[in-house]
Amino acid sequence: MTTPFDEYRLIEDEIQKCMKCGNCQAVCPVFSVEKTEAGVARGKIALADAILKGRIDLDDPDLYDRVFNCLVCKSCMQNCPPQVNFDKIILAVRSAIVKKKGLHPLKRTIFNLLFHKKALFETGIKTGAKLQSLLTKTTQSGEGRNLRFPIGILDRKRVIPSLAPTPFRDRVEEKIICSNPQTTVAFFTGCSINYIYTGIGDDIVEVLKKNRVNVAIPKDQYCCGIPVFAHGDIDTARQMARANLDALEKTAADFVVFGCGSCAGAFSHEYIELLKGDNVYEPLSMKWKQKAVEISQLLLNKIDFVKPKGQIDEVVTYHDSCHLRKTVKVWKEPRELIKAIPGITFKEMSKPDACCGSGGTYNLTHYDTSSSILKNKINDIKKTTAHIVTTACPGCIMQLVDGIEQFGDGQIARHYITLLAQSYKKEA
Amino acid sequence: MDSNVIERLNGILSKDRVLTKKADLVTYSYDATADVMTVMPDVVVLPKTVEEIVKIVKLADETNTPIYPRGSGTNLSGGAIPVKKGIVLCTQLMNKIIEIDPDNLTATVEPGVIVNDLNNAIAPHGLIYPPDPGTVATATIGGTVATCAGGLRGLKYGVTKHYVMGMQVVLPDASVVRFGGKTVKNVTAYDFAALFVGSEGTLGIVTEITVKLIPAPKYRRSMLALFKDLKDAGNTVQGIIKQRVIPATLEIMDAMTIETVENYAKVGLPQGYSALLLIEVDGMSKESVESEAMAVKDVVTQNNGELKIAETDAERDKIWSARRAALPALAQLSPTTVLEDATVPRSRLTEMLLEVDKIAKKYNLKIGTFGHAGDGNLHPTILADERNKEEMERVHKAVDEIFAAALKLGGTLSGEHGIGIAKLKYLKDEIGDSGIALMRNIKTAIDPKGIMNPGKLVP
Repeated sequence: MTTPFDEYRLIEDEIQKCMKCGNCQAVCPVFSVEKTEAGVARGKIALADAILKGRIDLDDPDLYDRVFNCLVCKSCMQNCPPQVNFDKIILAVRSAIVKKKGLHPLKRTIFNLLFHKKALFETGIKTGAKLQSLLTKTTQSGEGRNLRFPIGILDRKRVIPSLAPTPFRDRVEEKIICSNPQTTVAFFTGCSINYIYTGIGDDIVEVLKKNRVNVAIPKDQYCCGIPVFAHGDIDTARQMARANLDALEKTAADFVVFGCGSCAGAFSHEYIELLKGDNVYEPLSMKWKQKAVEISQLLLNKIDFVKPKGQIDEVVTYHDSCHLRKTVKVWKEPRELIKAIPGITFKEMSKPDACCGSGGTYNLTHYDTSSSILKNKINDIKKTTAHIVTTACPGCIMQLVDGIEQFGDGQIARHYITLLAQSYKKEA
Repeated sequence: MDSNVIERLNGILSKDRVLTKKADLVTYSYDATADVMTVMPDVVVLPKTVEEIVKIVKLADETNTPIYPRGSGTNLSGGAIPVKKGIVLCTQLMNKIIEIDPDNLTATVEPGVIVNDLNNAIAPHGLIYPPDPGTVATATIGGTVATCAGGLRGLKYGVTKHYVMGMQVVLPDASVVRFGGKTVKNVTAYDFAALFVGSEGTLGIVTEITVKLIPAPKYRRSMLALFKDLKDAGNTVQGIIKQRVIPATLEIMDAMTIETVENYAKVGLPQGYSALLLIEVDGMSKESVESEAMAVKDVVTQNNGELKIAETDAERDKIWSARRAALPALAQLSPTTVLEDATVPRSRLTEMLLEVDKIAKKYNLKIGTFGHAGDGNLHPTILADERNKEEMERVHKAVDEIFAAALKLGGTLSGEHGIGIAKLKYLKDEIGDSGIALMRNIKTAIDPKGIMNPGKLVP
C-alpha cells in the first residue's frame, strides 16, 4: 500500500503547501500554553520537512517529544490559509518514527491486547472494574474516582473514570427491533461507551427506540483505531478499520451511528486515508463513510425526529468535541437537539470549539499542558453560569470531569444525548 | 559561538527557557517569508523580564554574539531569520498588558502582547488600536513596532508609527533607555520613537511600548464596486479622495484574484470583471457616514462601476470575507507564494497595476494583485513552486522589475513588510549611496559591534 503513513516521502506535497504564515499560533491549544514554535503546527511541519531533507534524524529523541506534543485536535486546520492537511503530516511523521524505532513496549502491549487479544483485554478490564476500589476511591461529587496514592504518571488529584462492572456490549441485545421502524442502524459504541460510560450507550439505545429505529450492536466491533493511529501504529489501526468494516457489513444497516466524535471521524475521514489502495476495503470505507452519521445527524437529518416533551429546568452549555466539529463538521445539530428540550436555557460559552486538552491519551502523557488548556476551558464554562456542560464525546467528558473537580464549582459534564433521553423518560 | 554562552544563558534564565536541542532550533530557522534562506540559531531564549533581557544582551555584547529579536515570526521580509547564527531572543512570553489608561487614551504593553488581545482588552472602553496587519490574531505588538506594520485601515487611520508614543529599549550595550510617554506633545530630545519604529530589531530590543488609542467609530457602511475596465477602478479611487471622502478601507482586487477568491470561498463574487473595490466608510454620526457613502456611490457610477451596498451585517461579513480570502485563495494555487508590497502614490495606482500585469505576461508567471488601493500599497502575489529552479529564476527577474516599476512611478520598495534580507539588494535604488551611508552611520553609532539582528535592513 502506498500512503504517506507507509512511505514517508509521499508526504512531501502536503508539507510544501505550508506557507509558514503562522496563523496556527492563534488557535493551537498547546501553543497557547507553551509558546514555543515546536509546539505549533508550523514548527512541526518544519520538523517534518527537516526529516525529509535529512537535516534531522528520525531517531532523534527530542524530535519524538516534539511530534508527540500535539493533541491532533485539528484546530490549526480550521485556520489554515492554504488548507494544509496537518493531521496527515503529523500522523505520517509518527508512523515513520514508529516504523524506524518500533513502538514503545507499553503501547505495543496495550494495542496488541486491544486487537489481537480482545478477550484477554476484556478480562483485564473486568478484573480492573472489580479491583478499582482498592486503588481508587469515588470523588466527593461522585463523578469519577481519585487515586488513593499516586501511581506512575497519574497524579493523585487527577480524577479518573470508573470502569463499568460489565461492558456495554456484553449486556445488551445484539439486535433491537421496533414496530414500524423508520430505519435500521448499526451502533458503533467505541471503547469509552463500552467499558466506562455504558450509561451513554443505554441513552443512545433509548433515544433510538423512542424514534422507532432498529438497532444492531455488533459484538465483533473493535476500537475505532484512532488512538492507535495517533501513536503511529499504522498496522494495528488498519487491522481495526478492516475488522470494523467487516462487522458493519454483516449488519446490512442503513446507517452507522456514533456517540463519540473521534469514532465518527474515523469512519468519515481516517479510514479513507488508511485504506487507500486496498482493493477490498477502500470501496468499503467509501461505502460506510456515506452511511456514517453522528446520532444528532441521524435524528435531525435522516428520520422524522420525535420531539421531546419532558421538562428539564437547567442552564446548559455545549462544548464542541474537536473531532466531531473539525473532522466530521458537525456542530449545529447537537445544539439544536439540546434547545429542543423544554425548559432548557442554552448558553453558548466563549470559544466553544477550543480543545479541552484531552487528546485521547495526551492528558496522560502531557498532564501539565493538558491541565492548563483544561483550566481555560473550565473558566469559559464557568462564565456561562451553566450547571450542565454537554458534549458529544466521552473522552471530553472524562477530561471535563477532571477539570471541574480541580477548577470548577460543581458543574456536571454529560453527553447531550443523556439530556434528551431524560426528557423522553420524563414524559413517559 | 563562544561555548560558554549557553552555559551562561542557563544561569540567566530557567533551563526550560533556553532552547538548544536541534528539534527546537529547526523551528526558529525561518519566519513567514517565502523564498529566503533558513538558518538554525545556536540557541533560542524566551525571557520574561527586562532584567533578563539586559543580562542576555550584556552577554551577547561581551562575547560578540549576534542576537535576533523575534515576536511571532510572521513577518514577510526574512527579518527574524538568524542569518549569522547566535541567539534568537523570542518575546512571546512577555505578553502582559501593563496598563490601559482610558483617560489619557493610552495603553502600555510588553512587546509580546498580540495585537488582537490588546484590541479585545480595550474594546469595553469604546477604544481601538487601529494598526491592523493581516496577522492581527498572531503578530506581537513588539513585532509590529519593529516593522512599522500597516494594514487595511492605513489610509484613514495611519500605520504603527502614528500610534507609538513611548518606549523602553535595551540598547546593544545593554543600557536601558526610556523615552516618550503619555503626553500628546513631547519634543524632548530626538524623536527616538520615530527612529526605533521600523528599525527591524537592528538598533535594540523594545521591551515596553506605550501606544495611542482612539475612540471606536460608531457607524460604518461597506460597499463593493465592480469594474469592467481597470482604469475606471483606478479613477474611482482618486475620485473618492477628490470628493474629500477618506474611507476607512479602500481595497482592490484584480481579475485573477476575484476569480480565485470565488473558486475558493464561494462568496458570490460576480465574474467577468477586471477589478473590484471594497470600500468602507465609518464615523461617529450616521448622517456623515451616509453622506460619505452616497458620495462614493456617485463616484463609482460616474466611472462606469456597479455598486453594491451592504444592507445587513451578514452582507457586510460577506464582503469582508471575500477580502480576507484573497491571500489564502491565491496561496492554494501553488506551493510557493511570494508576497510583495511595492507601493506607489495613489494617483499612479492604475499604472502600477498595468505594469504588474505586463511583467506577469513577460515572465509567464501567475501573479494575482490585491491590496490597499487607498494608500497605493499593492500586494502583487506571485504563485510558483520553489522546487522549480527555472521558474524561480523568472520569479526573481519579475520581482526586480516590479520594484523598478514602483520606484519609477515615485513609489517605494516596501509599504509595510519591511526590508529585512528580502529587499536589501534594492535599498540603494531607492535611497542612494548617501542614504546607505546615513543608515550605516546610525547603525554604527548605536550598535558598533553589529550584534543586533545583523544582516538585516542595513547593507
